[in-house]
Amino acid sequence: MKFTLSWLKDHLETKESIETIADKLSLIGLEVESIDNPAEKLAAFKTAHVVQAEQHPNADRLRVCTVDDGTAQHQVVCGAPNAKTGMIGVFAPTGTWIPGTGMDLKPGVIRGVDSNGMLVSEREMGLSDEHDGIIELPEGTPIGVPMSEVMGLDDPVIEVGITPNRGDCLGVRGIARDLAAAGMGTLKPLETPQLDGAFDSPVKIDLKFDGDPACPAFAGVYVRGLKNGPSPAWMQRRLTAIGLRPINALVDITNYVSYDRARPLHVYDADKLAGTIHARMGVRAESFVALDGKTYEVDETMCVIADDNGVLGLGGIMGGEASGSTEATVNVFIESAWFDPQVTARTGRKLDLLSDARYRFERTVDPETILPGVRHAAQLVMELCGGEASTVELAGEVPDSDRVIDFDISQVKRLTGLELHPVEIKAVLRDLGFHISGPEGAERLAVPSWRPDVHETADLVEEVARIVGVDSVASTPLERAEGVIEPVLTLGQSRERAARRTLAARGLVEAVTWSFIGADAAARFGGGSQVLKLSNPISSDLTDMRPSLLPGLIVAAKRNADRGFGDAALFEIGATYHGDEPEDQVEMATAVRRGASAIERSGRHWDGADRPLDVFDAKADAIAVLNALGAPVDKLQTVQGAADWYHPGRSGTLQLGPKMVLAHFGELHPAALEALDADGPVIACEVFLNALPAPKARATRAKPAVDLPDLMPVRRDFAFLVDGDVEAQALLRAARGADKALISDVRLFDVFAGEALGGKTSLAIEVTLQPRDKTLTDAEIDAVGQRIVAQVEKATGGTLRS
Amino acid sequence: MSAATDTGTAGIAADISTLEEQISAAIAGAADEAALEALRVSAIGKKGSVSELLKRLGAMTPEERQLNGPLINGLKTRVQEAIGTRRETLKSAALEARLAQERVDVSMPVREAAIAQGRVHPVSQVMDELTAIFADLGFTVAEGPHIETDHNNFTALNIPEDHPARQEMDTFYFEPREDGSRRLLRTHTSPVQIRTMMSQEPPIRIIAPGRVFRCDYDQTHTPMFHQVEGLVIDKSAHLGNLKWVLEEFLKAFFEVPNVTMRFRASHFPFTEPSMEVDIRCTRVGDELRIGEGEDWLEILGCGMVHPNVLRNVDLDPAVYQGFAWGIGIDRIAMLKYGIPDLRTFFASDLRWLRHYGFAALDMPSLAGGLSK
Repeated sequence: MKFTLSWLKDHLETKESIETIADKLSLIGLEVESIDNPAEKLAAFKTAHVVQAEQHPNADRLRVCTVDDGTAQHQVVCGAPNAKTGMIGVFAPTGTWIPGTGMDLKPGVIRGVDSNGMLVSEREMGLSDEHDGIIELPEGTPIGVPMSEVMGLDDPVIEVGITPNRGDCLGVRGIARDLAAAGMGTLKPLETPQLDGAFDSPVKIDLKFDGDPACPAFAGVYVRGLKNGPSPAWMQRRLTAIGLRPINALVDITNYVSYDRARPLHVYDADKLAGTIHARMGVRAESFVALDGKTYEVDETMCVIADDNGVLGLGGIMGGEASGSTEATVNVFIESAWFDPQVTARTGRKLDLLSDARYRFERTVDPETILPGVRHAAQLVMELCGGEASTVELAGEVPDSDRVIDFDISQVKRLTGLELHPVEIKAVLRDLGFHISGPEGAERLAVPSWRPDVHETADLVEEVARIVGVDSVASTPLERAEGVIEPVLTLGQSRERAARRTLAARGLVEAVTWSFIGADAAARFGGGSQVLKLSNPISSDLTDMRPSLLPGLIVAAKRNADRGFGDAALFEIGATYHGDEPEDQVEMATAVRRGASAIERSGRHWDGADRPLDVFDAKADAIAVLNALGAPVDKLQTVQGAADWYHPGRSGTLQLGPKMVLAHFGELHPAALEALDADGPVIACEVFLNALPAPKARATRAKPAVDLPDLMPVRRDFAFLVDGDVEAQALLRAARGADKALISDVRLFDVFAGEALGGKTSLAIEVTLQPRDKTLTDAEIDAVGQRIVAQVEKATGGTLRS
Repeated sequence: MSAATDTGTAGIAADISTLEEQISAAIAGAADEAALEALRVSAIGKKGSVSELLKRLGAMTPEERQLNGPLINGLKTRVQEAIGTRRETLKSAALEARLAQERVDVSMPVREAAIAQGRVHPVSQVMDELTAIFADLGFTVAEGPHIETDHNNFTALNIPEDHPARQEMDTFYFEPREDGSRRLLRTHTSPVQIRTMMSQEPPIRIIAPGRVFRCDYDQTHTPMFHQVEGLVIDKSAHLGNLKWVLEEFLKAFFEVPNVTMRFRASHFPFTEPSMEVDIRCTRVGDELRIGEGEDWLEILGCGMVHPNVLRNVDLDPAVYQGFAWGIGIDRIAMLKYGIPDLRTFFASDLRWLRHYGFAALDMPSLAGGLSK
C-alpha cells in the first residue's frame, strides 16, 4: 500500500516529521517498506531564465541559449523548437542524472559550439511522455527554485506492508486513523457526502443468489451528460506517485477512492449496458474479456456481474473491456457493492487474477462504505466531468457489521504485563473507532464496521498493545525449574545426534539435501508412489518425496566430482517418506563415499597409494553408527544382499534377527547410479535410526566387573579350506563356539581364493585362548585345537589345510 | 710389590705385564662388539690367555701361589673392566651412528585423521546450539512430521480456508485423497504446537526445530528451509516473559553481552498480539555485528497464542495462556556465522561444507561455550 505524505495529511492533522510518522507506522503494525521522495532525484533541476536564444551558426534547427539559473549563466545548445529569449524553463547542469535518458549529463560540443547543461522536456525529467518541446513555465516563476517544488513533487511516497487482517488500512483514511490513535496527530473529520439525485436511475440492479449471497448489497448511481477527459493534475500526480497510470477522469476516480477510502468502485459506460444489471453466480462456459484484455471463463463458484446479454465482469475482481468507460463516454453507472471475501479469494485464485479490488474484497471491505462510497464517487464525477446524478439505487441489504464485546480490561495486564490505567486503555480504543458503553469494570465495546478482525477481548488487548507500544512491556524473567535440568531430547533426537557426530568423526561431511527428488530417482530407490507426489512441485526434478537419502547424496557427490572434487565422503541425517502418515516418515543416517575417500585417507598421500573403496568401508560406517546408537554390535548378523539399488554381490544387511533390520550397506548398483547420471563406484550405508528398540530402563549405571586374568593368553593359527559359498561369519562363530570359556577372541587374518584351491577358499584365523586358573599344557591346547577343527568342519564343511 | 724370589715368579710377573699390554691394545683396537667378544673369549674365556696363566698356579708352591694368585686375578678383573668400558663406548658409538642415519624430513605433512576431515552442517550445529540454550531454560525439544494435515498446519492455527495468509504461505500440496482432504508439506513448525498441546497437559515449554517447505525459489528463498518454534503455555506467561526469553536467547545465541531489541506490532493468525522483533546491528565492511549499532535487523516473529488456537486444542483461554515464536534457523546461522547466501546451504558443495561446517567434536554446550 503506497500513499504520499500530502495525501495522508488530507486525513491527518499532524506536525510530526515523516521520519517520526514512519517509525510509528512500523511500531503499530503498518510496517514501512520504503520512503521515496521523487524531489530528491530531481533536486538538480531548477527553474532558469533563458537570457538569450540565438540561431546556432552551423545548424538550422539548433539554438544557442544563455541560461541564468539564479547563480550563474550557462551556454546551452538546444534543439527544442520552443526555446526562445526571455522564457522561463527548467535547467539541468552538467553532471545531472536525467531520468528520461537514464544517463548523467556531460559537457559537450555540438556542431562546434560548447554546450554545458540542458533545458529539459517533461519526458527528460521523467514526469510524462511530453517531448514536443522544453518545459515552459509561466512568466513570474521565480528563478533558481527546484522544479519539484514548483510542480508540487516534493511529496514523499511511503509504502507500508498491510497484514491480511487490516483491509481498512488499504485506504489512506485507515492509516491516518491508526496514526491519530497512536498520538501522531488528529484525524480530520470526513464530510458525509450528500447526493440529491435529480432522477431515478434508468439502470436497475437485480441480485440473484441461492443461499448465502456472494454479493449481498449493490448500490449504484447513474450520471448522465458528463464529459470524460484527463483527471486534474493533483489527482494524476498522486496516482502516478503510488505507481498507478492515470487513464481518464472516470477510471482515475475509482482508483483514487479505492486507495483513499479502501472502497473499490466500478464505472460502467451506461450506453453499453443492455437492460438490468445482475449480480449472480456464473454459469459454466460463460466468458468475458476483462479490462486486462484477457478472456476469462467463469463457472458456478464465481460471482459475476452481468446484463441481459451476458457477463460484464467478475464481481469484486475486474470489470469487462466492453462495458468500460472511455474518453467518449457520456453516461455512466457507478457500482459500489460488497462481495464475499471467500468467494472473491477463491475466484481470484482459480483464475490467477490479481487486482486492487480483489485485494481489498478478499480482506473484507467495510460494508458501511457502500452508500457513502457511491455518493462520494458520483460527487467526484460531477466535479471533474460534469453531468447530472440520479438518486442512489440499492439492491439487497448492507451486511450487518454490528458487534459488541464485553471487555474485561484486566486482560490487558494478564496477557501483556502492561500496567495501564483504564482511562488510557479506553482512550486508545475510542481513537480507533470503538464505541464504549456500560459502567466502569463492565465496559461494552461496539466494534467499528471497518474492523471485521476484532471479535473478542484478546483482539482488543492486541489493539491496545499495538498502539501503546509493545516496546514498553517490561522484560520479566520466566520462572525457572528448580534443580538440575533433565535431558530434553527424545530418544530419536539423541540418536540423530549420535549418528551425526559419529559419521563426522569418521571423516564424512554432512550435507542437507532436498526432501523431494525427481520421479525417476524416487522410483529407482523404492519410492514413486502416487501419494507422495507433489501436486505443485517447484521444478520437474523435485516432484516426489524422497524414499531414500541416497539419490540426493549421490547427485551431490557427482556434482562435486564435476567441479573437480571427486573424493567425496558425504552423509545426511534426515527423513525419508514411505506414506503420508506420521509413522511413514522414517529417519535415516545415510553415508556415501566416492573416489579416494577411505576413512584412513582422503586423496593422495606420500605414505602410499590410494586404497580403492570397498563394501567394508560402508559396513564399517554402518557398524560405527549402530555402535553409537547403543546396538549390541557383537551380536549383529550380516546377511548377504541389500535393497535392490545395491550391487547384489557386494552388499549386505545388518540385523538382529530377520524382523529387526538395522542397516543396509554396500556398493551401489551400476544401474542405480546410471539412473542418477552418476558414475561409480560409490559405496554407501543406510542406517534405520529408530529400528532399534528403546533401551530398557536401568536400575544402575554400573558396568559389569572388569576381567583381568593374570595368565598370558595363548594364540594359535588355523587355516581352513571351505567351499566358495561358505560365509566367514559362520566359520568364526563355529570356531568361537568350540570352547566358550577358553576362547576369548577369533580373528580372520587371511583370505585366499585361487585356482590352485579348485574353487575353494582358504580362511585363516587366529584363535586366542585365555587360561584363568593355571597355564595350559600342550595337550590341553591341542585338545582345544581339535575341537575347533571339528566344530568348523561340522558347521561349514571346511577342512584344516595341511 | 717386593722383589721376585725366583725366576718362575719373576717370569709370571713379566708375562702378566706383557699380556696386559697386549690385551689392552687389542681392546682399544676392537672395532665392534663382535670383535670385543672374540677378544674377551681369547683373554678370559676358558682357554683364554689369562685363564691359561691362572692354570699355572696349580704347579706353584703355596708361597708362589699366594703371591701370584692375586696378580693374575687382578689382571683378569682389569681386563673384564676394560672390556666392559670398551663395550659401552662401542655401543653408544653404534647408537649414535644409527641415529645419525635415521633422520627424516619432519616437515612432511602428517597422515590426517579422519576426524579432521569430517564436518557437521551449520544447520545441525545451530540446532544443537539452540537445544543447549533452551534446555537450560527448561524447554524440551518436540518434533512432528513434515507431511501434515491441513488442520494442523492451518485450521487449528486459526488460518481458515480462503484466508489470505494461506496464499501467502506458498504451500506444497499432495493430490487430494478420496474424501477430498489434502495432505501438505508443513509450511512452518507451528503444527508441532498443535500436536504438543493435543498430547500434553500444561505447563508446556517446548522448542520445535525442523524442516519446513514453501513453494518459492529465488535469491533469498529456497523451497525447503529450517525453523525453530518456541511455545510456552501455563496460567500466567505473558508478553513480558516472552520478551525476557527472547532477550536471553538472543544474547546466548549470538554470544554477545547485550542485544537491543525492538518489538513491532504485526499480524500472525495464530498469535495475538503478534509482533516482529528487530535487533540492533552494525555493519563493518562485510561483517555484521549483532547486538548494538545504528541499524535494525528483523529477526523473528512472535506473540501470545491466539485464544482460538487454545480452543482448537481444548484449552480454556480463560485459564491458560502463553506465547510462541518462530525463527529461521538457516537465517540465524547466516547472521551468526557470516554466511551470505541461503541457497548455498542445500547445494552440498564440499568446499562450502568444509568451510562453514563444524568439527565432529565441537559439541555446543553452555558450560564450555556455544562456539569456539
